[in-house]
Amino acid sequence: MNQDIVVKVENVFKSFKTVKAVNGLSFEIKAGEFLALLGPNGAGKTTMVEMIEGIQQPDRGKILIGGKEWKNNSKEIHQFIGLSLQETRFIDKLTVRETLNVFAGLYGLNKKRVDEVIEIVSLEEKQKAYVVNLSGGQRQRLALGIAVLNNPKLLLLDEPTTGLDPNARREVWHILQKMKNESNISLLLTTHYMEEAEQLCDNIIILDHGKILQEGTLDKLIEANGGKEIIEVTFKETISEDFPMLDTNLYHFDWDKTAQKAVLKLNDVDAGLKMFMSSIEQKGLTLSTFVSRKTTLDDLFITLTGRHLHE
Amino acid sequence: MNRYFDFRQFWVLTQMHFKELIREPAVLFWGIVFPVLMSLGLGIAFSKTADSQRNIAVVDVIPNHDKQDSIAAFPAIFNHFYSKSIPEKQTKFAFSIKNKKLGNIVFNFNLLSWNEAIIKLKRGEINVIISKEDNIYKYYFDPANPDAQNSYMKLSELLNLKNIAELKSDENVSILNLPGTRYVDFLIPGLTAMGIMMSIMWGLSYGIIEKRSNKLLRRMIATPMKKHYFILSLFFVRIVMNLVESLILILFAMLAFHITIQGSILALIAVFFAGNIAFGGLAIFVSCRTSKTEIGNGLINLVVMPMMMMSGIFFSYHNFPDIVVSILKYLPLTILADSMRSIFIEGAGLMEVSTTIIVLSITGFVFFIAGLKSFKWY
Repeated sequence: MNQDIVVKVENVFKSFKTVKAVNGLSFEIKAGEFLALLGPNGAGKTTMVEMIEGIQQPDRGKILIGGKEWKNNSKEIHQFIGLSLQETRFIDKLTVRETLNVFAGLYGLNKKRVDEVIEIVSLEEKQKAYVVNLSGGQRQRLALGIAVLNNPKLLLLDEPTTGLDPNARREVWHILQKMKNESNISLLLTTHYMEEAEQLCDNIIILDHGKILQEGTLDKLIEANGGKEIIEVTFKETISEDFPMLDTNLYHFDWDKTAQKAVLKLNDVDAGLKMFMSSIEQKGLTLSTFVSRKTTLDDLFITLTGRHLHE
Repeated sequence: MNRYFDFRQFWVLTQMHFKELIREPAVLFWGIVFPVLMSLGLGIAFSKTADSQRNIAVVDVIPNHDKQDSIAAFPAIFNHFYSKSIPEKQTKFAFSIKNKKLGNIVFNFNLLSWNEAIIKLKRGEINVIISKEDNIYKYYFDPANPDAQNSYMKLSELLNLKNIAELKSDENVSILNLPGTRYVDFLIPGLTAMGIMMSIMWGLSYGIIEKRSNKLLRRMIATPMKKHYFILSLFFVRIVMNLVESLILILFAMLAFHITIQGSILALIAVFFAGNIAFGGLAIFVSCRTSKTEIGNGLINLVVMPMMMMSGIFFSYHNFPDIVVSILKYLPLTILADSMRSIFIEGAGLMEVSTTIIVLSITGFVFFIAGLKSFKWY
């Protein structure tokens, strides 16, 4: 087995009663790679992560972590991975330091490592505060601290920033980016947030109904969607027929006749917008509204499935 | 690190459970203060010969009869013990039979119409109605109500007297005041047994269900933690807390009520641990699967409530019918309370309670193994 591959998932299936949660997934994570599993609720992200964590067993297929299967190797794999589950509530009336001490004790680690981790997750000022008095972001940083206590080679984070405000989310990202820069740790992250995957991950897998819809780097996925910027415009004039404008090499164009809305997907805003504006001027049209935004996971998902992410 | 026992894992888990417990003031109140207050309240209520209050309604059974006419028809009832004639507007009278040895009995008579009397009876404000029909006193009461029975017996005795001097003498009554024969001597071992059950059942079961519900159990087993350490450490902390709670209750009872332990202390310690093992096993069994605290509440109550009501903690379970007693005496709390009483007030030693210790321990182990077999960590 290639030493650089920390996780290898081969044709894994998992069903719950009549629901196929994971339907033949295969992928790899290399040493130092940050990989995001994106998808709507029920896509199979958490089930896949839990199988890697050893909490669930696959019905079929093989999962190798550091080249080893869970069976007969649980002790080594526990030392190899660090994880943060969705919504773990630690004990309210233990302080941050005491909570870390408990987990350090379970891993057989010393207090020096607890000091290091408190610094890594920037909880120095809160180390004597009870868990119940922490904000959502601080609790998530504590969960992250527990995940990295044992210096894992592989970090598994299940929706680490769901429910956090933008500032708290950025604090968590900053910690993870720092880890990425300073160590060779690998990360498997599940998320709803496109921006999170964009900020942190080298590769993204988009899941739906337990299957991979698309995978690759963010650029590759955005390429498939037509561009990373989206411009939506409406016109003062009513256009009754199909809009006589075609895709160009600078933008991908869609016309929604019912909503009377044009949608441009483009990468080079400057060149693409100039070309679009000159084109509508030639046609004698006047802009009524103009909205520019970043491509979201929802846009990607609509392109891939024709459905919204949260439907 | 010891190959067979990882003391550090056990120790950090024990510290975790202990800190969680002692930092919750409500836990200390319900575990320590409440049993002491209960023993104080019940001990005082049943040790002081307080006045016994008997609330009686005096009525005229003729419908729509004027109340004052009814009163006028009944002066004879009170002539035995009430020297003054009844003032016209007065509808309440009290009469007290003084008795230093047995305690005073106070009869509270209420002159009421039939309907008023029935309403008061339904509300529990009176428990016997008397009327005079054809020159005979008639008594209306629920014979299933022991308090009403008692009132009837006392009252009928009084009303049949020609004068108060004929009242039955209490010369042949001797107050039993030997150590261990008072109600409080019966109560304290029962309260100690109940404290063990409540503390273990709620502390262990609810603690496990809550941690499962918060996904903390799931997070902890994703570490190299040995799973049985988690349960053993939780159990250990509960036993220590129970020991403190029981000691405080017993010491309080010794100081406040001069309770004595007539039997073997060693036997008491052994029974204490056996009781903890029995309820510890039950607690693991009850909490082995659910992650919903509401369901956990129901399950724990299902186990503790019948035992709390029927295991003879506050009053002897021998008042139940024989067939029920034959079942009740095998409940873990009954076994524990009975054996604690036998040590406290009958002077039992280790040999006398050895069967109890074995039965309680085996019960605990059986439920513990059954609970572990189907235990869900998430």
